[in-house]
Amino acid sequence: MSPVLEVHGLTRAFGRRVVLDRLELSIAPGEFVALLGRSGSGKSTLLRVLAGLDAVPAGVARLPQRRAVVFQEPRLMPWKTVAQNVALGLRRDDAEQAARAALAEVGLAARADAWPITLSGGEAQRAALARALVRQPELLLLDEPFAALDALTRIRMHALVGDLWRAHRPAILLVTHDVREAVLLADRVLILESGQITHQTAVSAAHPRRHGDLMLAALEAGLLARLGVEQALTH
Amino acid sequence: MLPERILASPTQIAATAWELVRSGDLLRGLLVSFLRVAAGFGIALVLGVALAVISGLSRIGEVLVDPPLQMLKAMPFLGLLPLFILWFGIGEAPKVGLVALGALFPIYLTLHAGIRGVDLKLVEAGRTLGLTRLERVRHIILPGALPSLLVGVRYGLSIAWLSLVVGEQINASSGLGALITNARDFLQTDVIVVCLLVYAAMGLATDGLVRLLEARGLRWRRPVVAA
Repeated sequence: MSPVLEVHGLTRAFGRRVVLDRLELSIAPGEFVALLGRSGSGKSTLLRVLAGLDAVPAGVARLPQRRAVVFQEPRLMPWKTVAQNVALGLRRDDAEQAARAALAEVGLAARADAWPITLSGGEAQRAALARALVRQPELLLLDEPFAALDALTRIRMHALVGDLWRAHRPAILLVTHDVREAVLLADRVLILESGQITHQTAVSAAHPRRHGDLMLAALEAGLLARLGVEQALTH
Repeated sequence: MLPERILASPTQIAATAWELVRSGDLLRGLLVSFLRVAAGFGIALVLGVALAVISGLSRIGEVLVDPPLQMLKAMPFLGLLPLFILWFGIGEAPKVGLVALGALFPIYLTLHAGIRGVDLKLVEAGRTLGLTRLERVRHIILPGALPSLLVGVRYGLSIAWLSLVVGEQINASSGLGALITNARDFLQTDVIVVCLLVYAAMGLATDGLVRLLEARGLRWRRPVVAA
């Protein structure tokens, strides 16, 4: 199968600072890829290019037509109800029903007619997820979507994203700085460092995976070491 | 207590008010004045919104629209009255024009600021949802700027009534201003006070109307102060 996303020699510089340096990336249809990197590694810049928010600066990027993005903040329009937000820009006759179905799928059917300001952080992020999924994307870009949530909500969101991915099978690029989250969800974990992908680890464990799995913990420790974080294992 | 030619007594004012209502003079004058405000404010609203959208949404628009408007704003607009009379005569045009000019700036300024203040992150989200530029303006930028526009509308309305009072002092043969001018000539302080009270009441009423619109149009906001 030809990849759903292909990037060759992607380069972007702000003045003399090179943020993306001849970056190569390819994602297969239905593949779940996590991208790790310290702040300032170029994660956000890459995601903006892939989302179509910034033009491709230098290099080649072959992107699918149907893309959707979930940001760190829900970015719901406060003046539209939750269902109207999900249906926004959806060019289908049954946009309203499709929006309600998507909301039911993320467990928000009861809040479809609520104003976004009345939602909790987790609910708002689920609404944002429904808004992305209703577009049936070939590529779903997740930009640290769980970073602002509390720990318990985050665990529930991990399960939800895993379920939705298995049900719809979009290719997913999850940008995160949470190594545990990356190994829990992704087939492949990449590390972005000074504008290049310097490392990748395949995660072959079967889905759905459980928080606290020992094999995942070993992978996590290895990735953390690569990121320069030595874990103090003195219990 | 006070001599009648300084200020009429409250009972006298109440009686005069009743007399003016019964004779129909007050209602006729009120209608004429109200129509002047409505026409002038309507012009200001259409023009102000159009100019703010042009200069709020494009660089070139801002360069073309903003400096001349800022220059006009710097001028005390009530001082333009003599020019308005020379240009438009002493009919309805200078009065409506003065109202329109006075109300134009608050509407333009607040909507322009509102458009520029819309959360860019929401606009970006709109782009990733595949909204066209026009759709982004309609679904994101204008609704986002609405709260500030409504502040401008309320402020503009108060300036509209103020401009009307000034405009109606010059050779008005109808409207509340004409009633006041005639009353002045006959030293009827009671009639003057009644007319001033009516101006105030109209200002309050139109402001209340906008607040009602606000409550409906901005239902999505959580009140800072609980009702």
